[in-house]
Amino acid sequence: MSMSGSAAAPALSAATPAPSLPRFRNAGWWGLILPAFLLMTVFYLAPILQVLLISFTEPRPGLDNYERLFTSMGVQNVIETTLRICIITTAVSLALGYALSYVVALASPRAQRWWLLAVLVPLWISVLVRSFAWVTLLRRQGLVNEGLMGLGVIDEPLRLVWNEFGIVVGMVHYMVPYAVLPILASMREIDPRLLAAARGLGASRFTAFRRVFLPLSAPGLVAAGVLVFIFSLGFYITPAILGGGKTLMAAEWIKLQILDLIRWGLGTMLATVLVVAILVTLAIFSRVVNLKRLFGGGA
Amino acid sequence: MSEATALSRPEARSAGHALELRGLSKRYGSFTAVENVSLRVESGEFLTLLGPSGSGKTTILMMIAGFTTPSEGGILLDGQDITGLPPEKRDFGMVFQGYALFPHMSVAENVAFPLRVRAMGKAEREAKVRAALDLVQLDRFAERKPSQLSGGQQQRVALARALVFDPALLLLDEPLSALDKKLRAELQEELKALHRRVGRTFVNVTHDQEEALSLSDHIAILNHGKLVQMGGPTALYEAPRTRFVADFLGKSNFLQGTVRELAPGGMALQAGGTRLVQAAGAGPRPAIGAPALLSLRPEKIALLGESDAAENMVSGEIAAWAYLGAGFSLAVRTADLGEIRVALPAWKAPIAPAEGLPVRLGWSADAAVPVLEDEGAA
Ligand SMILES: Nc1ncnc2c1ncn2[C@@H]1O[C@H](COP(=O)(O)OP(=O)(O)OP(=O)(O)O)[C@@H](O)[C@H]1O
Ligand SMILES: [Mg+2]
Repeated sequence: MSMSGSAAAPALSAATPAPSLPRFRNAGWWGLILPAFLLMTVFYLAPILQVLLISFTEPRPGLDNYERLFTSMGVQNVIETTLRICIITTAVSLALGYALSYVVALASPRAQRWWLLAVLVPLWISVLVRSFAWVTLLRRQGLVNEGLMGLGVIDEPLRLVWNEFGIVVGMVHYMVPYAVLPILASMREIDPRLLAAARGLGASRFTAFRRVFLPLSAPGLVAAGVLVFIFSLGFYITPAILGGGKTLMAAEWIKLQILDLIRWGLGTMLATVLVVAILVTLAIFSRVVNLKRLFGGGA
Repeated sequence: MSEATALSRPEARSAGHALELRGLSKRYGSFTAVENVSLRVESGEFLTLLGPSGSGKTTILMMIAGFTTPSEGGILLDGQDITGLPPEKRDFGMVFQGYALFPHMSVAENVAFPLRVRAMGKAEREAKVRAALDLVQLDRFAERKPSQLSGGQQQRVALARALVFDPALLLLDEPLSALDKKLRAELQEELKALHRRVGRTFVNVTHDQEEALSLSDHIAILNHGKLVQMGGPTALYEAPRTRFVADFLGKSNFLQGTVRELAPGGMALQAGGTRLVQAAGAGPRPAIGAPALLSLRPEKIALLGESDAAENMVSGEIAAWAYLGAGFSLAVRTADLGEIRVALPAWKAPIAPAEGLPVRLGWSADAAVPVLEDEGAA
């Protein structure tokens, strides 16, 4: 993935010690990553290019597939749904991730380790398992509905799954750790004395947070936003399971076109649009924040 | 400019506030970081808390600032109890160790911060910021970010930021410790001049004794969380009460002897075969036969020629010496008094120091001061 690529490059260049013979040294390092580069090209870039190609050639050469972006209600619906779910997911994940990071950042070092473990453990559980877990929790006879009815809060089970709500719940659950990591990293860089200084200079707790802590953690927030948004654009398993086939997001729609309806052209068209959208998002945000830092390269 | 004069009233002694600590203690679990410290800083005064690392200086300052809650005791500003007040309500300017400038704000924004949180109008705010930056001679750097400034400039921004809102008190935690020696000396002068110009009460923390001596009206010496002695720089240097104070503030020789005679103005001691005459100190008069400890500053010892005489004389030989530019530092080995350190001006020095060279040392009866052994010391 592009993540590992850009993380490796700065790390390598930082490890280059002597300014003498820079060419030779650099050549050496590049030689080391050449196999990985070739592997990426053959197994990753080539198929993508082929996808791109198909979108212009199937069923017949031309821009027909892309025309659908503007003419087909179905295509527009999918894009709209995808964007809406992604934006909501990103917003909710950022809010939860920020709150969680804040708690972790202010905790004692010992408590921080436990918190971090708690945040990271879900990452090791298969997304499939987690999605089905949410289904069992949220379905009509699930724990949540039964519990609420038992408490007398509701009379009828709520429709919590097989709709957008369910998708968002599942996706947010998956994304929060990805939001926490960059946010926490930027919060940890904040000198705690700055907050004390702000308060000593007359700022209330809240003002110190708003004028000092929030702006200083903003790069992490932006980074987390980009990361989560891009991840959610291509989400497949969670929407497929928790959407119950009724709410279609881009990835599932592409699978539907290609595997079930054998409309390769249309499927690859949306895939291409997705890739372009991701690249454009990255390009925009690379101007706002330093991408190397975002992906952990760092100074 | 008018604002600048408002910040630097020449008669501004009255602009300061008096601070009093009453029996202040801070305990962390069973560990006592600060124990029963009481002291008073008069309005417009420059007080320095001086002590070795871990002596509780920062803890005291943090309690004054309101970031740390005292376990016992109280803090009074102009007679009013402020012990329970949160830091933002105290209206104290503070310069942190390492300055704690906001990295995402320009110099001007940093300085404007305390005014902004007080919701001051834009015009007034800008005028005050300009005046404060003028005061520390940083007006040209207003638009820079802190990371684009040198250490000394950052330090001055921190000062301007701490002074811009007319704080009741200015608290400084080792404001100069991150700077190199030359810059430190320069900024010491500036800090002193600034204190004179703004006339506020300053409480400074340092473990640099020269800084303490040169800047302060009063110095409070701390050790193991306790206030050992407080007084003006001269008083502390010339009349240390304990061995610790004499040793920590400047260099000192310690002479151990037994009291043999007592007279109204002084006493005579016996140290081995050497008889020492000593003027009476401020402390309690010892009894005949009791052990006594004298602190003798290296620069108060003279090298005696063949025919010279002094009230106290001892001979020995140079065990080690060092050339320090302005002077020599000699370690003279004596039979009765152990090794004695002597500071000898290098200009027209009467001898050329060499190891093993025999010398005679002399000092007057009022050169040394009787001091107490430290509490808890064996
Ligand atoms: N939060 C804390 N918990 C436990 N012990 C503490 C805490 N803060 C300070 N101490 C202890 O209190 C003592 C005094 O600390 P303080 O920071 O006041 O020292 P200091 O005089 O400022 O030293 P330095 O010159 O090294 O800054 C130290 O022994 C320190 O370990
Ligand atoms: Mg300290």
